Amino acid sequence: MRIPCPHCGPRDEIEFSFRGDASACRPTPGAGPDAFYDYVYTRTNPRGWTLEWWQHASGCRAWLQVRRHTVTHEIGAVTPAGPGA
Amino acid sequence: MPRYSAFRIFAEGLRGNRGWTPTWRKAAPKPAYDVIVVGGGGHGLATAFYLAEVHGIRNVAVLERGLIGQGNTGRNTTIVRSNYLLPENNRFYEKSLQLWEGLEQSLGYNVMMSQRGVVNLFHNDAQRNAAMRRGNSMRLGGIDAELLDRDGVRAMCPLIDLDNGRYPVMGGLVQRRGGTARHDAVAWGFAHAADARGVDIIEHCEVTGMLIEDGAIQGVQTTRGEIRAPKIGLAVAGHTTTLTDMAGIQVPIETHLLQAFVSESLKPMIDCVVTFGAGHFYISQSDKGGLVFGGGLDGYNSYGSRGTLREAEHVFAAGVSMIPALGRLRALRSWAGVMDMTPDGSPYICKTPIHGLYMTAGWCYGGFKATPGSGWCHAWTIAHDEPHPLNAAFTLDRLRQGRALDERGNGPYPWMQ
Repeated sequence: MRIPCPHCGPRDEIEFSFRGDASACRPTPGAGPDAFYDYVYTRTNPRGWTLEWWQHASGCRAWLQVRRHTVTHEIGAVTPAGPGA
Repeated sequence: MPRYSAFRIFAEGLRGNRGWTPTWRKAAPKPAYDVIVVGGGGHGLATAFYLAEVHGIRNVAVLERGLIGQGNTGRNTTIVRSNYLLPENNRFYEKSLQLWEGLEQSLGYNVMMSQRGVVNLFHNDAQRNAAMRRGNSMRLGGIDAELLDRDGVRAMCPLIDLDNGRYPVMGGLVQRRGGTARHDAVAWGFAHAADARGVDIIEHCEVTGMLIEDGAIQGVQTTRGEIRAPKIGLAVAGHTTTLTDMAGIQVPIETHLLQAFVSESLKPMIDCVVTFGAGHFYISQSDKGGLVFGGGLDGYNSYGSRGTLREAEHVFAAGVSMIPALGRLRALRSWAGVMDMTPDGSPYICKTPIHGLYMTAGWCYGGFKATPGSGWCHAWTIAHDEPHPLNAAFTLDRLRQGRALDERGNGPYPWMQ
């Protein structure tokens, strides 16, 4: 896989660290145990396109939100993490 | 039912081997069964076998979307062991190992079980202490475990570079009853024995939907028509969530890749199973002479059934660090299995929120050794509508209740388990 880093250009996957599902959103502190259970453990596990966190650990060290296909390993949109991401 | 014996081989040899017949029937689906098992791998076929053998439930169908034994049963490194730390795990895996020890007699089929010993190397004080703790936990559970010093490791596997400059070997934890079995023969053997007890094994029959009424399972829709049953067991490894999505239930599973490799064929050089402690690497030698080895997950969700070079490079590097003689070899083949990874690295053999729907899933990358134990416990759970004490901890809601079985202490990150 080659991931196009918005800061560094296309780089080999070996430079990146996988940091998990980016579609899970941390609940507010008072949301209750069920909301936190879902946040920590429940995954949709799609066979198709997913939204994930990857860190360009051996590059610019930025956290990126990456759309990726779990069957073809095709990479879709890559955006830097930040407010609204 | 064809029976196999030395005499039969001799007699067939004299008759030009014309008397051999297929070892199981290619069954066509009936409209209804008492139990349907989805998934014709080792776990599904074992479930069907133990339903018929132990519980007398013979009106059973095993549905397989392709050919039996061609999923993870045919994509592993064939290692069998029960060297776990947590009591819930080592009790279950020990039951499985005991079933392995008598499997050929139970099935009437040679699965080439070879108890050649499994050694886990350690390279520093902390790893030695962890190995001692795990070994003691096993011995408290009545399981064999033995701590080896450097000379003990050298005697078991002389090719290991004990004085590696970066990762010198201090010793190892060995389970001598561990070993390997022939993966394809395990699927064929369970198919052979289940078929002989009346189980229908239906290949090329993909489940496309679940029939559920009032929260109870009624049957499945398949590419070969509707098949009804009041009880259905899922044994589909990395595709568990595809089926639970059809049933409208969520299970804590992510699907990941695990690669393995086999080298060109060699004369005997490693007569046990060895795992490296300073990298993720394990190796054994098959009866055909190929060195069979693997490492960790590729590290991100995938249904691709094929690995990438990043993990392959790590596996080869770790292998050459442990046994420098491997550096001259070439890998002949590589493959990847589609793993059902759970957040705590332990499985689910349990009831589900749908009445009559059961599953054996979440085997992470350790499903092969669990094959008979998984089938045995899954069959019990289906037959009695409640778990056996051996699988009572492997529930879907253990994480919600704070009773995770996290053998490695990794936390809830399936890709790191």
